[in-house]
Amino acid sequence: MAAGPMKMRATLGSGYTDVRVLMSHPMETGQRKDASGKIVPLEFIQNVTVKLNGRTVIEGQISQAVSRNPVFSFRLKGGAKGDRIEVSWLDNKGETNKTEAAVA
Amino acid sequence: MIDRRRRILKAAGALAGGLAAGLLKPVLAFAAAWNKEAFGAKTPADALRSIGAAAAAPSKDILIEAPQIAENGAVVPIEVLSNIPGTKSIAVLIEKNPFPLAARFDFMDGALPFVKVNVKMGESSDVRVVAEAGGKNFTATKEIKVTIGGCGG
Repeated sequence: MAAGPMKMRATLGSGYTDVRVLMSHPMETGQRKDASGKIVPLEFIQNVTVKLNGRTVIEGQISQAVSRNPVFSFRLKGGAKGDRIEVSWLDNKGETNKTEAAVA
Repeated sequence: MIDRRRRILKAAGALAGGLAAGLLKPVLAFAAAWNKEAFGAKTPADALRSIGAAAAAPSKDILIEAPQIAENGAVVPIEVLSNIPGTKSIAVLIEKNPFPLAARFDFMDGALPFVKVNVKMGESSDVRVVAEAGGKNFTATKEIKVTIGGCGG
C-alpha cells in the first residue's frame, strides 16, 4: 500500500505559520529496476493541497522528481493557535491520504 | 441529411460528455488537474512553454536556498522564497533531469510564496525557479553539483 502514515507539525513563526509535513510514499520514477531487473512502474504523488480552516491556500502539482517520502515546508500568513491545517495528496494511481493538525 | 448530422453531433456530444465525466473524477477532489503536458516535457524550454513562462525575466527577488554540492542526488533540499509582490505561483525545474519540471505550487490568499521540497537530481544541474506575479513570469537559477545521482538503481 502506498498510502502510509503522514506526519505534520504547524508552529507559529515570526509573522507566519510554519507548516511541515511528511508523506510516506515510494515516489517511484519509473526508471528504477528491482532486484530481478524488472522496471518498477511509475508511482508518485501528483497533487498536494494545503487547507487553512477548511479553505484551500496552497495547491501544488509535483512530479516523480520529488524525493521518496516527501517532506514539504510551507508558510501561511499570520495564523493563530488552534487554526486547523489540513494537507492532502493524490497520486497517479488514484490513492489519496490526508492529515490534520492544529497550529501549536 | 440534417437528420444524419444531428445523429453524429449527438453521438459526439455523448462521447465528449463521457470523457469529461471520466476525466473530471479526480479533479473534483483536487481543483487543479495535474499538468501532464508540462510535467511530461523533456526539455526545460518545453516545460517553460507549457507553463506559459517561456519569456520569464531574470529576477534577484527570488531566493533559492540549496546546497552547492549535494552528496546524495536522491534527496536534495531546495527552499524557495519569492519577494516579488503578488507572487501567485512558484515552479521548480531541474534542467538536466529527464523531465525537468519537478513541482509547481499555486499560492492563494493566506499563503506566503515559500516552499521547501526535497527533490531527486540525476546529475549536476542548474535548478531554475519561475515565479509568477501580476501576469508576468520571473526566474532565477542556482547550480547544484551532485556527486551521486538520484535516478536509476
